[in-house]
Formats: sequence, structure tokens, C-alpha cells
Amino acid sequence: MTTPSTEALSSTLVSVRGLRFSHGTRVIYDGVDLDIPRGKITAIMGPSGTGKTTLLRLIGGQWQPGAGTVTFDGIDVHKQSRRQLFEMRKRMGMLFQNGALLTDLTVFDNVAFPLREHTKLPESMIRDLVLMKLNAVGLRGARDLYPEELSGGMSRRVALARAISLDPQLVMYDEPFTGQDPISMGVLMRLIRALNDALGLTSIVVSHDVNEVLSISDYAYVISGGKVLGKGSADAVRANQSEWVQQFLQGEPDGPVPFHYKALPYAEDLLGAKS
Amino acid sequence: MIGVLGNYLQGIGRALFFLFTIIAAIPSALVRPRLMAQQLYSVGVLSLVIVVLSGSFIGMVLALQFYRTLQVFGAGDSLGVAIALSVVREFGPVVTALLFAGRAGSALAAEIGLMKATDQLSGMEMMAVDPVKRVIAPRFLAGLISMPLLSFIFTVMAIGVAGGHAIGVSLLGVDAGSYWAGIHEVLHGDDIRDALIKTLVFGAACSWIAVYQGYHAAPTSAGVARATTNTVVISSLAVLALDFILTAFMF
Repeated sequence: MTTPSTEALSSTLVSVRGLRFSHGTRVIYDGVDLDIPRGKITAIMGPSGTGKTTLLRLIGGQWQPGAGTVTFDGIDVHKQSRRQLFEMRKRMGMLFQNGALLTDLTVFDNVAFPLREHTKLPESMIRDLVLMKLNAVGLRGARDLYPEELSGGMSRRVALARAISLDPQLVMYDEPFTGQDPISMGVLMRLIRALNDALGLTSIVVSHDVNEVLSISDYAYVISGGKVLGKGSADAVRANQSEWVQQFLQGEPDGPVPFHYKALPYAEDLLGAKS
Repeated sequence: MIGVLGNYLQGIGRALFFLFTIIAAIPSALVRPRLMAQQLYSVGVLSLVIVVLSGSFIGMVLALQFYRTLQVFGAGDSLGVAIALSVVREFGPVVTALLFAGRAGSALAAEIGLMKATDQLSGMEMMAVDPVKRVIAPRFLAGLISMPLLSFIFTVMAIGVAGGHAIGVSLLGVDAGSYWAGIHEVLHGDDIRDALIKTLVFGAACSWIAVYQGYHAAPTSAGVARATTNTVVISSLAVLALDFILTAFMF
């Protein structure tokens, strides 16, 4: 799969090749290849601390990789000037884990923010667009609230409305389900799927909520230790034979990922002399 | 030793580079009057109370202190001159800058640091909005504009309205005519120009330190706390050191 066929190329929106990235001395990615198919929902799964958020920041061009390339719609993300990069980001939406809403603006102004910054639309049209986006996430009635008055799930829905306000091609979700109650989890899952299909988006969902994310995604990647350990359709990933992937999917406490952090043998540690 | 020095130089280089980025972003802040008005309000207007009160108290204390000393030489009538010169040249710019660092600088650093910690700045970047243009430059500029105005208000309060004049003329019985005539005679345009230069330099330094500390804060609660403390400590020292340098040149 090193040289994708032309057909694969055109149906791929984001493609990552040989990605390497380290944070100080800690290697986060050690040669990762990913393809995000156009119009689909792709899940990126992996344990906490594997740098799933880092991947989204690399795709968005906020951070530079040590080696390898990331292309978005055929454009090399990391070879763009700042201006070109900003142009490209207008075609991307990103949903941060905590929503990242601007705390000094109301819900309405938060969703209007990208429109006011990037378009010269008259205020009446901005109002209509904002209300449409808010209606899509079910929060048209919350337009006058401030972010601190929202619950966690509502913040994420507002952030989602904001992320799609410029009608992007790609929406990236960073841990959208973390810390949500079952109802708002269900709402978010349905929204991600519905918006992806209704607006013709491409979605990347980074998560470790295995069952939730697999139930809405078309493709999935499992990443750990800087490598891709499993990939394919949601069913193919579920059926993956790798012991590691199975431990991750089943949530078993011990296996290829040991329960114990690296340590001396237990008996030696208890009985041994003070070191 | 060399490592520590290297770190310092690196920090200074980063801060200078950041300053140039801010300066380059100032034109785009100037075309956003509503954004500027908001920042002038939170940086300048909200610092008014502390500046007015401090100016009054400093003026009152100076009146008491100077009057006692001047009386010894029978020069009680020169009270106005003594207060005016010390306030215009030193107390006005320096004390206002110290208050500004404590009141507005710390708030700026904490606000920006928290915006960073809650991903608001990254969020803006991902929405293709440059946070230096949208968040940093308006705040820096508001600090730069507010400082001279606040210092002017401080000076007026200390010399006239409630400070030196209230104590010297109303309480100690100095003649109001000689209080003002002395000031009129001795205070020159040069003094006011020098004071203006000082306040502009202090305003730039304090705002720069505050936005830099906030923008480069570690995105944790400890990081924001450190940025706030650093802002006040570094700004205060910078103001006092710069004051010495500027005074030496203006002497």
C-alpha cells in the first residue's frame, strides 16, 4: 500500500505518509501511514497518551512533523505559507475536547465568529446562517447563553455548530465522547453521523470509547506506541486477530499491555535491601 | 552556567520575536474599533479607581513630608513646586506603571494564559484566525494607550484635586496662589515631554511582558499562576530599571 492507485488518491481527502513526531525525547509517531477517505467517518483509536490529539494538530498544520508528509486534498500541509495554511484551515473544522469556545462571547457570537472573521456577509444573513447551524445541533434556543452556562455536552454541540459554520470539507473531533452522560453521548453520536452524511463532510473522530466510535464510523485505525496496529472497516477492526488490538477493544486489564508499570520483580522489591 | 545563560538569551530572543510579531499585527488591531474599545475599557478604565486613589494618597503624603522639610528652611511656599516636580518626573510615571503591572498586567497575563490553557487560542488558529492579531495586538495596544492617560490622571490627582493641594492649601495653610504660581514658573514643557516618554516606555514594557507571559504560559493552572506572578515581578523590576536608565539620560 505504499503507492496508492489513482482511484484511491482521488477518494482520499487526507493522507499521511511516514509520519514521525517526537515531543522532546519521547517518540510519539514512528512512521505512520493513514488514509482518510472522502465522505466517510474514520475513527482513530488508541490508549490515552498515544498522541491522538497530536495527529489532529499535525493534520491542521499547527505542529510540524519530524519527518513524513500530510496532504489535505492533494496539498502538502506543512509546505504552505502561513497565508495558504490559513486558507486551507477555512476548509477544516476542529472540535476540541473541551469545546474551546470563546468565553467572552455568547453562543450566538461564538458560532458567528468564523463567519464574521472570514466573510463580509450582512448581519441579517449571518444571523440566519448561525440559527441554521444552531438548529442543526438543537441549540437554537441557547443562543444568548454564555459558555459557562452550558453543560459539557452542550458546549461540544455549540463547538460543533461553530466548526461547521464555514461549511468545511473536513471535521476533526478530538475525544468527543469523553465525560459525557449516556444521553448527550447518544446525541453527539447521532449528530456526527447525521452531519457527515447531510453536509457531505469527511470526519475524523479521535477517541478511546471503542464501542461508541466503532458504531458510527466507516473506517477505523488503531494506533499505539507510535505505530498503526490495526486498520480497516469497523467490522474488520473488530475481527482483528492481533492480541493487542483485542485487549484494547475488550478492555482487558492485562495482556500485551501489562497491568504493571515497568518495575523490579515484586518479591525482590519487597524483600530487597533499600536501594 | 553557559546553559543558564543560553536559556536567558533564548528567552529574550523569543520575547523580541514576539514583540515584532505584535507590532506587525497592530495595523489589523487598529481597524477593529470595537475590539479596541473593549480592551481600552478592561485595561484602562478598570484601572482608574486604583490610579485615582493612589495618586491622591501619594500627593497627600508628599505634601506632609515636603512641608515639614521645607518649613525648616522657611520655604513652605515652594510646596507646590516640590510636589509637582517629583510627581511629574518620577511618581506619576513610575507608580502608575507599578500599579498598572499589578492591576492590568496580571489580568492580561491570566486571561491570555487561561485562553491558552482552554484551547481558545489553538481553536482560533484552527478557525484560520490569527490569535496575535485578534487577541494579543489589541491588548498590547490598549496598554500602550492607557498608560500615558492613567499617568496623567495620577499626576493631576496627586498635585491638584485631592492630593497635594488638599493637604497643602486646605490643611497646612499654604497660599493657593503661591502653590500654583510656583508650579507654573518651574514646571516646563521638557518635564512633561520626558514624563510622556517614560510612560510610553513603561506602558510598552508592561504590556509586552504581560502578553508574552500569558501567551507562553504552560497550559496548566500552575503555569497560569506562574505567568501572572512573573508578569508582576518582571514588570516591576523592568519599570524601576528603565526609570533609572531614562532618568540618567534625561538628567
